[in-house]
Amino acid sequence: MSKSKFKNPVVKWIDHRLPVFSFMDHELNHYPTPKNLNYFWNFGSLAGFALVTMIVTGIVLSMNYTAHVDYAFDSVERIMRDVNHGWLIRYIHMNGASFFFIVVYIHIFRGLYYGSYKAPRELLWILGVLILLLMMATAFMGYVLPWGQMSFWGATVITNLFSAIPLVGESIVTWLWGGFSVDNSTLNRFFSLHFVLPFVIVGVVILHLVALHRFGSNNPIGIDVKGTQDTIPFSPYYTIKDLFGLSVFLSFFAAAVFFFPNFMGHPDNYIEANPMVTPAHIVPEWYFLPFYAILRAIPDKLGGVLFMFGAIAVLFILPWLDRSSVRSSQFRPIYKIFFWILLFDCILLGYLGAMPAEGIYVILSRIATAYYFFHFLILFPLLPYIEKTKPLPISISEPILGGAATASAFATREKK
Amino acid sequence: MPKNSISKNNNEGKRDFLIISTYAMAGIGAAAVAWPLIDQMNPAADTLALASTEVDLSSLEEGQAITVTWRGKPVFVRHRTPEEIKLAQEVSLDDMRHPETDEERVPNEKFIVLVGVCTHLGCVPLGQKSGDVKGQYGGWFCPCHGSHYDHSGRIRKGPAPTNLEVPSYKFLSDNVIKIG
Repeated sequence: MSKSKFKNPVVKWIDHRLPVFSFMDHELNHYPTPKNLNYFWNFGSLAGFALVTMIVTGIVLSMNYTAHVDYAFDSVERIMRDVNHGWLIRYIHMNGASFFFIVVYIHIFRGLYYGSYKAPRELLWILGVLILLLMMATAFMGYVLPWGQMSFWGATVITNLFSAIPLVGESIVTWLWGGFSVDNSTLNRFFSLHFVLPFVIVGVVILHLVALHRFGSNNPIGIDVKGTQDTIPFSPYYTIKDLFGLSVFLSFFAAAVFFFPNFMGHPDNYIEANPMVTPAHIVPEWYFLPFYAILRAIPDKLGGVLFMFGAIAVLFILPWLDRSSVRSSQFRPIYKIFFWILLFDCILLGYLGAMPAEGIYVILSRIATAYYFFHFLILFPLLPYIEKTKPLPISISEPILGGAATASAFATREKK
Repeated sequence: MPKNSISKNNNEGKRDFLIISTYAMAGIGAAAVAWPLIDQMNPAADTLALASTEVDLSSLEEGQAITVTWRGKPVFVRHRTPEEIKLAQEVSLDDMRHPETDEERVPNEKFIVLVGVCTHLGCVPLGQKSGDVKGQYGGWFCPCHGSHYDHSGRIRKGPAPTNLEVPSYKFLSDNVIKIG
């Protein structure tokens, strides 16, 4: 056995039998990372931080929560008023969900802009979309737990979506509810699943990281790492950069928790659930609004449900829809414009999802929905045939250090 | 050697049969174990036992409505006025999304009994209280996505695909109904 890199005898003894320290040293310390990553590459680690925050605060909240229709609302109010620091823990959990989605949505659009889903990172991307789906399911069920009016009616409307399935729809809805309406059985199973799904997310996140470390991070110019001159060790360079990003994130997060804790919530959820009275205007949490707008844009019940789920399904097959071999938008002048249109389209859909389904809002949400699917199903496959991409740099080092200043660029030119 | 090769083939056939039947039995076993875990999510016996409700209609005046709970869902009972009955019975079915005559839906023309859950996405329509918006057809109006129902609970305008559901119920006496 070669000389161990660890000086501490205990570490050395353990690592020889269980190489966890070697593993961490390899994956977190030496891990070669492209040297040109910008701040948009902070959002992966921020999402990881948000997930851990949600799990820790969630476990603590579950110690004070009662999953029963007669006590759930009161137990949440007790957390807010009587449990020591309960208000703080609940506000962190409540706003943490919103911030988790903010961070993940930025992370996804980063991937879209820099083509991070392209070969060989297709599975990395698909695992990410799977995490998004799991997050949505978890967030939806978590929102039901306080048993307010929006909890109850949100659960009713969303579970009723499954009744659109022909033949078996009604039986599936009864099965999901465990009764003939959203009731105690529904609340209990949602609590159980809301508790366990985050750990499933942790499992998929681990797979996401294994897939990431197979080929390493993509980078802003989207070309492959050619050698060690294109990379720097993860630690200390990116650990410190991630920590700086985290402190900026925490400033915003703390501002929301302490000064605007209910800004992203809905006042109707502070009214206890009443199965006999529907609130005048049911809206989901903001992070579901674009999908809700797509649901309502389609005039047919089953069609609306299919398009809403289709909006996520297209993300799964995106690596094969996009026919362009150039990853980064920096070298795709036409796609770059459409990227910003897509971003605007998604924000517009979010706005329309919050508006009542009438008049101009219906027409606009139909146009925005049509654009969303046009972008994925038509633009991605066809654009590469008409777009003239800009010439790619020879290496990651070239645009920074210029010309033949690096060994690899030099070597490539020598060959020519 | 032909004899040997035949016996070898026979053995391979037997082996395939064993492998396929083992997988099949394991599959059946796994499904049998999975079923209780899946079916436990269906309504439990006590939930099913609460499946009927009796309602006394004697104090319900003409034009009044009450909402009762049945299986955790609101059930609308409305005592219709003669004009409302006439309107519900005489309207043409031609333009209706879900054409049903009033007679099919209301055994006793005075009292209409409906599950008060919009067939679109499950909201509770307005129209039971005197001050409520009743929609363009005077019956019920769902505020969530704007479905209008008439005096017979039939969908006339808006996104709901079908008429308001009529629960199974019977008159125990002139003024008492049993729902479920």
